Amino acid sequence: MIRGWDAVYYRELLILKRRFPKMLVSISVSPLLYLLAFSYAMGNQVRIEGHTYLEFLIPGLVAMSSMTRAFAIGSEINVARFYWHIFEEFQAAPICEIAYVLGEVLAGITRAFLSVGVILILGLLFGVVLSCNYLFWIAIFLNSFVFSSLAVGLAMVVKSHADQAMLTNFVITPMAFLGGTFFPVARLPLWAQKVLFYLPLTHASKAIREASYGNLPDVFSYLLLAFIGCFFIFMSIYCVKTARE
Amino acid sequence: MIRIEDLYKSYNNFHALKGINLHIAKGELFAYLGPNGAGKTTTIRILTGLARLTSGNAYLNGFHIEQEKRKAKEQSGVVPQLINLDQELTVFENLDIHGRLFQMRAKERGKKIHKLLGYVELDQRKDNLVKQLSGGMKRRLVIARALIHSPRILFLDEPTVGLDANIRRRIWALIKKIQQSGTTIFLTTHYIEEAEFLAERVAFLNEGRIVAIDTPQRLMSGQGTWAIDRVDDDDIKTVYFKAREEAKQFIAMQQESFTLRRVNLEDAFLALTGKKVK
Repeated sequence: MIRGWDAVYYRELLILKRRFPKMLVSISVSPLLYLLAFSYAMGNQVRIEGHTYLEFLIPGLVAMSSMTRAFAIGSEINVARFYWHIFEEFQAAPICEIAYVLGEVLAGITRAFLSVGVILILGLLFGVVLSCNYLFWIAIFLNSFVFSSLAVGLAMVVKSHADQAMLTNFVITPMAFLGGTFFPVARLPLWAQKVLFYLPLTHASKAIREASYGNLPDVFSYLLLAFIGCFFIFMSIYCVKTARE
Repeated sequence: MIRIEDLYKSYNNFHALKGINLHIAKGELFAYLGPNGAGKTTTIRILTGLARLTSGNAYLNGFHIEQEKRKAKEQSGVVPQLINLDQELTVFENLDIHGRLFQMRAKERGKKIHKLLGYVELDQRKDNLVKQLSGGMKRRLVIARALIHSPRILFLDEPTVGLDANIRRRIWALIKKIQQSGTTIFLTTHYIEEAEFLAERVAFLNEGRIVAIDTPQRLMSGQGTWAIDRVDDDDIKTVYFKAREEAKQFIAMQQESFTLRRVNLEDAFLALTGKKVK
């Protein structure tokens, strides 16, 4: 039923391998700038929830970066589809839509994990050691699963590169800033907290942060992310089916 | 090998295909000839699973293209009009991914890639990135890719479009070689000489309908054997003759100079549709 997913994933891995040095620089720049800016601006004086600001920030950056890198698979699909017409090769192959979606979603998750690795190394350079337990990794997996699945579906719906960029601006950028990356959502007005409660990144940041502090995160966040991820993956399969024209 | 029954395709209110019926035998090299927008690519897209049919039926080696989609796809290889290779990957990697998509085992893939690269004369380029290849090499690589899973049917959608005359002839030789190995070939083209040189049978497609199917010789013979083109009020009028002597006598009676040429498929298409293929 899902045979062929490995070919789709393997292709993405080869591209990743070829671009790895450039990609490594690219995924290091933003977190490095945030860490430099905030470590100088805040120092160790500012404490949030009993932790230094950098200890608060790094799990937030992990959540944000895993989201943006997983979502970026949509741009890759977009280029492959509209510019190189490679999507047609998959459509003409004897593989089902689930296999294609699975291969691309896993590629998005792989990219997300790479970016997390970079942030953790940068964090160490800034003297921040997080507790990278299994709950931490599960939260990252679910977060990247959600956004990678969403990206695959949206990449089938958009009609051009410009639409893809617009989606990133309207979906990802606001979430990155409001989803608990840079400040606790609890400090916002109640109405804003209610709105942000529905964003997956809010739950991902919360779960990743709690796990990295060595606390037990809220199970609800994990369940919600898993539910949203499954919903998006079904949506993506449907979108790939309807993209056949 | 390929059977199409009453195939229709509509996009909103536009009818791209209006009842196509075809039967292409095993090992045949069949050309689908028509001007741009006639429905050639739409037919190939439907047969290869890239587009849905609106109504009708189509079978590849006995497998229905919608009801037995996976089996039908396994029967065919596709060379699309636009080169859709991974430019950032090597020649080998492009072929390897395609083999994986068709669930070929590693050993089998390796052997087949080696054989095919020799076949399309790209064995020295195995580790080159695709973006480093010339247009003709890329086209040969796409053909090799379409053959990696040993398909029984090969769809070639305008395989020589944009290539210069020399490279085009090399591709023709390659297509002939593939046919000789027993593969059924469905070729779309708007190059008259390509269809004449390669095809055993030709279908003329005009505005979504097949207007004639026959061997190139029979299609052309309806017009005579020789033709003279003359410019008449910004248009080219063609006069046809059964015998060369007859045509020469006609030229002798004219004051202007004319070029005598053999009748081609374009003449047959023009006679049937009132349009040129190109």
